[in-house]
Amino acid sequence: MSHDKTKKQAELIREISGVNPYKCMKCGKCSASCPSFNEMDIKPHQFVSYVLNDDLEALVNSKSLWKCLSCFACIERCPRDVKPGKLVDAARQLVVRERGGDFLSADEIPEKLDPELPQQLLVSAFRRYRR
Amino acid sequence: MQRIGVFVCHCGSNIAATVDVKKVVEIVRNEPGVVHAEDYQYMCSEAGQALIAKAIAEKNLSGIVVCSCSPRMHEATFRKAAERAGLNPYMVEIANIREHCSWIHKNVEEATEKAVILARAAIAKVNLNAPLKAGESRVTKRALVIGGGIAGIQTALDIADAGYEVDIVEKTPSIGGRMSQLDKTFPTLDCSACILTPKMVEAAAHEKITIYTYSEVEKVSGFVGDFTVDIRKKARSVDMDKCTGCGVCQEKCPSKKTPSEFNRGLGNRSAIYTPFAQAIPNVPVIDRDACIKFKTGKCGICSKVCQAGAIDYEQKDEIVTEKYGAIVVATGFDTIKLDKYDEYAYNQSKDVITSLELERVMNAAGPTKGHLERLSDGKHPKNIVFIQCVGSRCSDDRGKPYCSKICCMYTAKHAMLIRDKYPDVNVTVFYIDVRTPGKNFDEFYRRAVEDYGVNYIKGQVGKVAPQPDGSLLVQGVDLLDNKQILMEADMVVLATVIEPDPSVRKIATMLTASIDTNNFLTESHAKLRPVESPTAGVFLSGVCQGPKDIPETVAQAGAAAVKAIGLLAKDKLLTNPCTAKPDELLCNGCSACANVCPYGAITYETKLINDHGIREERRVAQVNNALCQGCGACTVTCPSGAMDLQGFSNRQIIAEVDAICR
Repeated sequence: MSHDKTKKQAELIREISGVNPYKCMKCGKCSASCPSFNEMDIKPHQFVSYVLNDDLEALVNSKSLWKCLSCFACIERCPRDVKPGKLVDAARQLVVRERGGDFLSADEIPEKLDPELPQQLLVSAFRRYRR
Repeated sequence: MQRIGVFVCHCGSNIAATVDVKKVVEIVRNEPGVVHAEDYQYMCSEAGQALIAKAIAEKNLSGIVVCSCSPRMHEATFRKAAERAGLNPYMVEIANIREHCSWIHKNVEEATEKAVILARAAIAKVNLNAPLKAGESRVTKRALVIGGGIAGIQTALDIADAGYEVDIVEKTPSIGGRMSQLDKTFPTLDCSACILTPKMVEAAAHEKITIYTYSEVEKVSGFVGDFTVDIRKKARSVDMDKCTGCGVCQEKCPSKKTPSEFNRGLGNRSAIYTPFAQAIPNVPVIDRDACIKFKTGKCGICSKVCQAGAIDYEQKDEIVTEKYGAIVVATGFDTIKLDKYDEYAYNQSKDVITSLELERVMNAAGPTKGHLERLSDGKHPKNIVFIQCVGSRCSDDRGKPYCSKICCMYTAKHAMLIRDKYPDVNVTVFYIDVRTPGKNFDEFYRRAVEDYGVNYIKGQVGKVAPQPDGSLLVQGVDLLDNKQILMEADMVVLATVIEPDPSVRKIATMLTASIDTNNFLTESHAKLRPVESPTAGVFLSGVCQGPKDIPETVAQAGAAAVKAIGLLAKDKLLTNPCTAKPDELLCNGCSACANVCPYGAITYETKLINDHGIREERRVAQVNNALCQGCGACTVTCPSGAMDLQGFSNRQIIAEVDAICR
């Protein structure tokens, strides 16, 4: 990733999440609360550093994004209003919004199909995750 | 027309490096009214002041402008110099060309231009200055100390030792405060009661000290040197003169189910009680909400067993009105309620306690007689987890944004005392930072780690989960090892953030003393006037001003006492002449000024006014010059322009603005 692009992405993450990463005091309460801590390669308390250092490539490619359960324990308990869960959410948005991303193939559809699922969802999923 | 002298200071290179002072002198020389202008390296020095005096005498100056640092720094210096040279001190104006100019600019040309503009404004103001004379007010030689903890006791003792009468008002039944609840004190580990109770006794026995316990300040009026205070002595239901303090009433009282405030609710007390055995005065009070006699009309056992006949169910609250010259606030602190911290299970488990509760548990006179045991089942704990910064350093709506300052040290103390007495107990401390500045403080903490084997883990606890077997599962993180930790504990101790005692809000309002967003009382100057409230005659002692430990509290208590003594030692006070002055002809009697006055300095009076030949009774504003602090709130509120501030009149301010905009 080019430097400018990362910089822009870092800004985008701050904008989407509404998080000011400078407020973090590295207390670790997010990591102490996280039920997926052991599954994550980048730990919740480290998210902030990646955003601050504009190291977005590592964050976006991290397993952690997809291991986060969105249980919001970190958001609930963060004493500094940093709320790492929001950063994860924003990073996921960033990935999802990426043009040309290929997150869904037609071959996977049959196994994911659920009779309860409305048709529109499939169509919108294709629009969103395949460009 | 004034004859004005302008004196431009270099302040070494502080001003001269960014402002062309010679150029400033040359330009302001031509301003209207200016008959003299010169520059000097250090105008505040003796030689600089001599230059000013010489110019005043030789050029017969009627006003001067000093272009230098902030008036907060040296206005008083230059006013005194002018006064010595025969000039009215209020004919001196300061143009702040350091903080407001040279320090904040880099470009010499622009900074010089701004310095000239600032000088012009000051010159324009001096042109309209009139000599002012400070008034006088009397000083009542008696001090009031609100709060009977270690801060209040120390302040009262110091003031009393200087020979002045002091009254202590304490809202609980005994003096002693938080310190009386502590077991041991850091960093020397001496027992809190052993060093506090002698001071309590000394205060009680001091002929200059009067102690009002179970009493609250109800009303404050007046001003520095001359406050009038109503103190409500709540009905004790026990005659203080008759009671011998034998304690039989407390033993026999059948109502014993009220949680003891002194033991932080960890044990019960009787309805008639003294908070603790060493209470001063050693006279119980009847808690009328818990007393069977007051609730049902039947009982009266305490009265029957009292040999001295001291029980008085008919006793009423009593209001004592007293005059004071100085008031010291020493209202102390409490820990916050932990209702919003569900993750620590404080409300779910008896074995999750605050550090202040642990003090009671460790104390020989506490609910467990000093034995370390779980409050749920009385079992000896094997693993204790301490969690730091519970509610401290929070920018969310659950806690407080500040550091409580004392927790790192008392936790090291608790950890060490436990390891010393019970070497079989494992002690783990989860911390964010260990903050131990202070004499022998870091050594103390290192001793806990190195000599006592306390396990310090950098990281926080996310959740404490009570288990069916009664143990507590603690989920935390070790940030240095980057590992999540799951450990079993028998007890969890929370270093809960401290906050100013809630009573301080009401007291601050009565005193018109300002408080900050965290309800700590604001000091007049954070560095140079740390024990004085911006409200004249009100001083601050102890944690009501900000978090501090016992040594700091005692030091500050002494400092507050000295400031109070300095005030009481004076027979008369000079009042600030820059006060509000109403033009009675313009005043329409609307009371807008009285409503906004933060000092209660404005009253209204109906008097005969001669308005250009029309004589009529009118309701007009009157300003008490001793109360008025010259804040100017009334002058901007007055709809008819009747209120003006002497020394800062509307005309003078407009002249300054005009000079700046010219």
